[in-house]
Amino acid sequence: MTRPVDMMRQLAPQVLMASPHAAAIGMEVVSIDPAEAVLRVRFRPDLVGDPDTGVIAGGVVTALLDHTCGQSVMSALESYQPIATLDLRIDYMRPAGSGLDIFCHAHCYKVTRSVAFVRAQAYDLDREDPVATAQAAFMINANRAMSPAETVARALGHEPDGAKG
Amino acid sequence: MSDVSGTTPDLDLDARLAEILQRIPYARFLGVRAELAGDEMTAVLPFSQHLIGNPSLPAIHGGVIGAFMEMTAVAQLGLSQLSSATGLVRQPRTIDVTIEYLRSGRPRTTFARATIKREGRRIANVQVEAWQDTRAAPIAALHGHFLLGAKDEA
Repeated sequence: MTRPVDMMRQLAPQVLMASPHAAAIGMEVVSIDPAEAVLRVRFRPDLVGDPDTGVIAGGVVTALLDHTCGQSVMSALESYQPIATLDLRIDYMRPAGSGLDIFCHAHCYKVTRSVAFVRAQAYDLDREDPVATAQAAFMINANRAMSPAETVARALGHEPDGAKG
Repeated sequence: MSDVSGTTPDLDLDARLAEILQRIPYARFLGVRAELAGDEMTAVLPFSQHLIGNPSLPAIHGGVIGAFMEMTAVAQLGLSQLSSATGLVRQPRTIDVTIEYLRSGRPRTTFARATIKREGRRIANVQVEAWQDTRAAPIAALHGHFLLGAKDEA
């Protein structure tokens, strides 16, 4: 049986491109491991939040944190199940460096039958010196619609295991 | 023109707000605009394909909704500063936000309104609600702390 994490490792770029917003801000997968994901957004002038400092907008960091958290939940599951963010708490430690890419590392540290819990850090140069940290909770099997990962997997002929009908 | 009465005319405020949003590249990227009715601001996020997070629902990306509500809070604080005696010193800085997702964001226009619960000298507490069809059925809520402060403050 193929776990979502194995599929995600193979299909990482396609999975991200299946989410139009992730593609629009240029998210990239750095690494996917069981219950862990590292994603990046490259610096782009149109993503700047404060024109006086040239720093990437807090909103981009929010989207990156949310998305990376979701990817870490998917990679923690034994089978494909739709997930939805219940809540997301973000602490902003400092502004990102001017003109720098933003990375995000998320760890899904607990999965129950219906809820997954995640911690994440967004950083520019050093993971120990984060720009922002997040704590999130996700609903598992939130609805019957397919996630972008599942859509791609099905399109490429991979039948998800244990999919709910 | 100098403002002798000490109050800022609404038209001017409207233009200033639009100018502030227009100056933020990321606000232009998302397509955020703001509408003013007196001192009440409604932020508007027209639907666009690049805001979609999950195409099979389809649903607007949760990060976009969070970013939109955060921007609404910052704009409301900016508005409050613009209409105060000191004017806008500097863009308020986000300290933390907690986002609750209540319903999935459908592919249509999203609105948001912010309420400043307390505006101190350095810190402001703000709550935001985002909705689509009806304000009574919000799709998400945010509460956050924002740093105001003078220019030299970190």
